[in-house]
Amino acid sequence: MTKTTRALMGATALCGMAAVAQAETLTIATVNNGDMIRMQELSSAFTEQNPDIELDWVTLEENVLRQRVTTDIATKGGQYDVMTIGTYEVPIWAAQGWLVPLDDLPEEYDVDDLLPSIRAGLSVDDTLYAVPFYGESSMVMYRTDLAEAAGIEFPEAPTWDFIKEAAAAMTDKENEVYGICMRGKAGWGENTAFITSMANSYGARWFDENWMPQFDSEAWQTAFSDYLMLQNEYGAPGSANNGFNENLALFQQGKCGMWIDATVAASFVTNPDDSTVADKVGFALAPDNGLGKRGNWLWAWSLGIPAGTDAEDAAKTFVAWATSKEYAELVAENEGWANVPPGTRTSLYENPAYLEAASFAEMTLESINAADPQNPTVDPVPYTGIQFVAIPEFQGIGTAVGQQFAAALAGQKSAEEALQAAQDLTMQEMQAAGYIQ
Amino acid sequence: MARAVSTRRKVGYTIAAWIIGLAIFFPILWTILTSFKTEAEAISSPPSFLFFQWTTENYSTVMERSNYFRHFWNSVVISLGSTVLGLIIAIPAAWSMAFVPAKHTKNVLMWMLSTKMLPPVGVLIPIYLIFRDVGLLDTKTGLVIVLTLINLPIIVWMLYTYFKEIPGEILEASRMDGASLRDEIIHVLTPMAVPGIASTLLLNVILAWNEAFWTLNLTAAKAAPLTAFIASYSSPEGLFYAKLSAASTMAIAPILILGWFSQKQLVRGLTFGAVK
Amino acid sequence: MATQHSRSAARIMISPAVVLLLAWMIVPLVLTVYFSLLRYNLLMPGTERFVGFLNYKLFYQNPAFWTAMLNTLLLVGGVLIVTVVGGVLLAILLDQPMWGQGIVRILVIAPFFVMPTVSALVWKNMFMNPVSGLFAEFSKAVGLQPFDFLTHAPLASIIGIVSWQWLPFATLILLTAIQSLDSEQMEAAEMDGASPLSRFWYITLPHLSRAITVVILIQTIFLLSVFAEILVTTNGGPGNASTNLTYLVYARSLLNFDVGGGSAGGVVAIILANIVAIFLMRMIGKNLDA
Repeated sequence: MTKTTRALMGATALCGMAAVAQAETLTIATVNNGDMIRMQELSSAFTEQNPDIELDWVTLEENVLRQRVTTDIATKGGQYDVMTIGTYEVPIWAAQGWLVPLDDLPEEYDVDDLLPSIRAGLSVDDTLYAVPFYGESSMVMYRTDLAEAAGIEFPEAPTWDFIKEAAAAMTDKENEVYGICMRGKAGWGENTAFITSMANSYGARWFDENWMPQFDSEAWQTAFSDYLMLQNEYGAPGSANNGFNENLALFQQGKCGMWIDATVAASFVTNPDDSTVADKVGFALAPDNGLGKRGNWLWAWSLGIPAGTDAEDAAKTFVAWATSKEYAELVAENEGWANVPPGTRTSLYENPAYLEAASFAEMTLESINAADPQNPTVDPVPYTGIQFVAIPEFQGIGTAVGQQFAAALAGQKSAEEALQAAQDLTMQEMQAAGYIQ
Repeated sequence: MARAVSTRRKVGYTIAAWIIGLAIFFPILWTILTSFKTEAEAISSPPSFLFFQWTTENYSTVMERSNYFRHFWNSVVISLGSTVLGLIIAIPAAWSMAFVPAKHTKNVLMWMLSTKMLPPVGVLIPIYLIFRDVGLLDTKTGLVIVLTLINLPIIVWMLYTYFKEIPGEILEASRMDGASLRDEIIHVLTPMAVPGIASTLLLNVILAWNEAFWTLNLTAAKAAPLTAFIASYSSPEGLFYAKLSAASTMAIAPILILGWFSQKQLVRGLTFGAVK
Repeated sequence: MATQHSRSAARIMISPAVVLLLAWMIVPLVLTVYFSLLRYNLLMPGTERFVGFLNYKLFYQNPAFWTAMLNTLLLVGGVLIVTVVGGVLLAILLDQPMWGQGIVRILVIAPFFVMPTVSALVWKNMFMNPVSGLFAEFSKAVGLQPFDFLTHAPLASIIGIVSWQWLPFATLILLTAIQSLDSEQMEAAEMDGASPLSRFWYITLPHLSRAITVVILIQTIFLLSVFAEILVTTNGGPGNASTNLTYLVYARSLLNFDVGGGSAGGVVAIILANIVAIFLMRMIGKNLDA
């Protein structure tokens, strides 16, 4: 929204709300990630097309955003018309009837173009409740120059054993190069997400079919002690406080040999404006252990409309625009194809211009397709979700468990003690919530 | 001889005080300096102190991305509004406590202070529900009310301790002259109390400006002050130290400048009756 | 005579403040106590039911509870010690003759004006970060291994940050108090040959006791509910190493959205605050004829 348009609107309003339909204001809550900020900058294209809609942005850091929008929607505070939420929130909120179903999107939106796994994650009973702004899985990003210097040949689908060897070979603490960067900061969307995905590939699971916590299983012990070993031996200092953003900064500064994290990071680490290693990054699938599950998650930052908003139609127009093919072209025009929000539409991955500009496109798509939130683990589980358990209690439990993981990483506890504490606290919460009698 | 010693001492004190003063101020100085670096320079190792390519790019990015002036204006309205409202309620209360003390005055005062110990997170949900029902969410009025209530105990206490220092004889004298209660307050007390009121006002503007829990949780877009503005620059993706520094500088500069210009007034009343 | 009149006038004048604060205290308190007796999760509307004291039992049984209690007291105590001791020393120094006293005072007072969120962000990212922070750069420059403050000394780091914010406040109040010290008394003591240390111990410190009391009282009020600094720097961790009671209540009510449990924690925090308040008043109330 330009200043002039805003002034004009003010003037119209003052003139006694003449014949012009009164401008509706959409309050949009969003996370301060690069792609969202770009959307905010490009939104003047939307307001030009829709002069009767005014946009008010609330851009917040992820944790603050989550707390604000959840409080608001659960209390029906009605402060927002569009909310940025993820694949964890959508099914839970939709089941409560908190979100407006998006089953009447216009023809040209082409719902069938959305990637099937992403669409499934945002639907309840085949009804779409939020539209994906960008989707991600996780994968290995590594420094091709360091790998070469260490004499390592990266396969497309590495195993954890290979990762251990590679991390050892690439670590050079003298020169502040750490073999592997992984999330260590406590939080269900930070270290818990990473370690849970990793543990899935070791054959571990959060709960058995009777909702009994499984942290005392052998698979968890192995996975978690491998994680600690990698972090302690080859990780960056301070990793207990490093999340996605901190590791991104480290990788961009050339301090990580490998980084296992969200596929969306690929466009940042290969962007020469921000990254000192832009032309030396290779990609591989998230590691596995030969058990048939890879340690890659699935997530989509999406736009949802809270039920009860007073600007439902305007909000629908906006979310359809922000996640459309047209928006992708707008970004391509302004910032280049590599910066288009990834991981939501099949057509993007069939677009030769995109495939050429984004060296990571193929690996991203393959990772997303390999993720199966319906069957996340080797053994059967009663829940959906890969790096999370899609029940309302998970945010709290996941964060508390993450604190235990971080405590072990900081050396306050042994791996066994941390897992035992995680087991006890999860048991307590699940009993209190009535899952276990 | 004695003179020389005292000069040497003075030099010593000066050096010690300046070193400590600069050390305490350094984090703020460093933030300001960083705000003029590029993101790459902000994390360069070894860090450059003054000799870098100065740029105002971060400031223009921040201005472009957020509606700084709206947040700034909200902060001004909320902090001034809550302070003025608080003074209007507190001045009579503090006056009567100071000049017409009752048996329980001290207890009432302590009770008032203890309400400040209420942990805000514990009562967020009830307050949120009440605000929703009366339509105060995301309004400046709502925040003015909450911040007034939060800071009222401090205001009452500061004023009380200040008023107590005003000698009672003057009041006696004016009463003898037949002054009414109203005259007494307007013509006798107020002029004497101005310094105390001024420093109370300043302290509370500072406290309200920096309050970051309620202001963040009860607002969305329209009434969000600078605390919410900061929340959009903390830990985004990628390098952010320089932009964060620019946003921080913009958020603290107004109150820092106000504080420096008025520090004499602030200090004069900031004694809470601690000086006899 | 006029007394009766002014007494009732006084009641009227004091009542708005009292009534408002009563309402501000009682309405949320009643709601909080009520919620604390319910099973009430914001994310599961319609499942609310009365559970008696179950939330209190669960909150108490939470292994983090005692850690949080201890951390709350350590945080308050630690910051009080640093700011009072530092404030007294700094106030004495600033009271000495020197050049540029006004400017030094401006430098010292500055941290008090900085928003807690901003100061926490700045300290965390630009100073304490073990890879690119200034402290790490400094250790590397002198050939030491950078110390990872927020992992290995989280609570102490937070005490440091909070102390930096409150030191100016303590210094200012103590400085004003020192300046009111009778200089003749000091000179007389000096004539009698009292050493600087004994002059400090027997004259300055007793004179400052009232100001110290005020500093302790006011800071305690604010320090009991320190929150933003913890949220920004450590999220209460690693483990529960830097979780205080306020943060624990936050985690229950805004991470778990367990309003029942959070409210029970809130009630516990209010009780703790009042115990501390009574304790403070007993201990130092006689120093204050408020």
